[in-house]
Amino acid sequence: MRGILMKQPLFGKTLEELKVVVSHLGLPGFTAGQIAGWLYNKQVGTFDEMTNLSKKARFLLNEQFSMGVSQPVKVQVSSDGTKKYLFGTESGKFIETAMIPEEERITVCVSSQVGCKMGCLFCMTGKQGFQGQLSAGEIVNQIRSIEEAGQISNVVYMGMGEPFDNLPEVLKSLEILTASWGYAMSPRRITVSTIGIIPGMITFLEQSEAHLAVSLHTPFDEERKMLMPVQVAYPIGEVVREIRKWDFSHQRRVSFEYIVFGDLNDSERHIRELARLLNGLSCRINLIRFHPIPGTPLQAASDESLYRFKERLNEKGILTTIRASRGQDIYAACGLLSTRELLKKEQQ
Amino acid sequence: MQTGFRQQSLWPVKISSVEEISPGAFLLSFPRNFSFSAGQVLKIALGEKEVPRMYSICSGENDPEITILFNVKPEGSLTPQLSHCKPGDTLFISLPLGSFTGDDQPAWLIATGTGLAPFYSMLRSGLVNGKQLIHGVRYLNQFYFEYELTRMLGQRYIKCCSAEHHDKVFAGRVTDYLRQLVELPSGIKYYLCGNGLMVVEVRDLLIERGVPFNNIISEIYF
Repeated sequence: MRGILMKQPLFGKTLEELKVVVSHLGLPGFTAGQIAGWLYNKQVGTFDEMTNLSKKARFLLNEQFSMGVSQPVKVQVSSDGTKKYLFGTESGKFIETAMIPEEERITVCVSSQVGCKMGCLFCMTGKQGFQGQLSAGEIVNQIRSIEEAGQISNVVYMGMGEPFDNLPEVLKSLEILTASWGYAMSPRRITVSTIGIIPGMITFLEQSEAHLAVSLHTPFDEERKMLMPVQVAYPIGEVVREIRKWDFSHQRRVSFEYIVFGDLNDSERHIRELARLLNGLSCRINLIRFHPIPGTPLQAASDESLYRFKERLNEKGILTTIRASRGQDIYAACGLLSTRELLKKEQQ
Repeated sequence: MQTGFRQQSLWPVKISSVEEISPGAFLLSFPRNFSFSAGQVLKIALGEKEVPRMYSICSGENDPEITILFNVKPEGSLTPQLSHCKPGDTLFISLPLGSFTGDDQPAWLIATGTGLAPFYSMLRSGLVNGKQLIHGVRYLNQFYFEYELTRMLGQRYIKCCSAEHHDKVFAGRVTDYLRQLVELPSGIKYYLCGNGLMVVEVRDLLIERGVPFNNIISEIYF
């Protein structure tokens, strides 16, 4: 039986990696910069469109590489303008990308893994288990291949997966998004969200200037253990202790995500402990409404409780905002749509 | 200069033994010169500057040696090398950390594969009273420490095997075993250890069967 040799994708390679590629192909070194320009600036779909490359270069690229870009297999549009894009993966699974339009900006929420290992109690993605890592190309493709490509102002790594469990590819994708030879986005328009994997978080803080968001959800160790198994290895107190070593008082921001569950983490006791935990740290808390997932024992807090919680935290001196819920009619919360598609496919 | 988590020191220890206890599963040992709580993990690396990985301590709190149970993952960055270590080789370890620790209260301990390690540590440390262990594996030869666990727990040691049959072993996965039980005890803790999907499936099933989610404590391998 003859094996099928897969061509390596070019999209998702950094300039340094492209230099290695052109060197192996025996092409002039400057070709790497030209290819990067076509891939990330002009966003062409084929090597033949790279018209300032020699015929030999285009022939060699066609022969040995694939472009590595793919279009979404499904798009759902919410009544509020939010879109959920579904991309297929090589392994037949699905990843989700959300596009959230606001008055003056367009935010894209990208996935960093197929499924997730972390098993948070409130998360739908975890119910798929972990299916694999996304390459830097597959991460950046979520920005390149949606209808709004070219108009995107902000990127958040808050889709499927834990970014710091796929750190090398996430860092590469950040380089492509922010480098002058790439998408040249300001790192201040990018936020990477973690559940608090400390070693990965430190490397990210050292190597990227993008904003950091941490899923907090409760300041109490025992309660957080029930919600987020990662707490047994990386307690939130240690996460915050590490964050305190970094300067977030200027342009770089750290925020804490806090899903407010009814009768669980919305008490005065939680407010006091949050104030103690984050005392003196230049940060923001984003309160998030919980949209129940199938079979969850958790419930959403009432609007009244949510607003009271916000006011009380603000009174304690912690800048607190409530994140607007978007795209509820299209399952914009990550994991819902791809899990449905996965189940549908399995039933077929 | 940052003096953060990653800079917390790893220190060298000399490996005393590496034993393949089942195809692809190894038990690595080195002398214990610190105390720990059963259920805690260690960060382990083969070089001082290498990014360490976390492993549950498998030995008991009073054992003279620390043992680590691991499966060789061919694509892994550490386990293939660990499996080739010899007595006298150097390993770099952290202080014990983590709070997936047990107590002397009744509890069900549910693991798959090498997720058994923290529970074996708890049981070897004397936390046997009122404990029921449910261990799920694919093949019969993956019931590590079977003899000792049977001796410690008797009927409270439930073995589930999904790919092979044996008359003293439940045929199926741990979720199949739990699903066929008429009733699950309430008011006790359930400790789960394994990969993310196993933990999520078992946790969902327990919640569906009436176990309060705050009685479920999980450790996930990642």
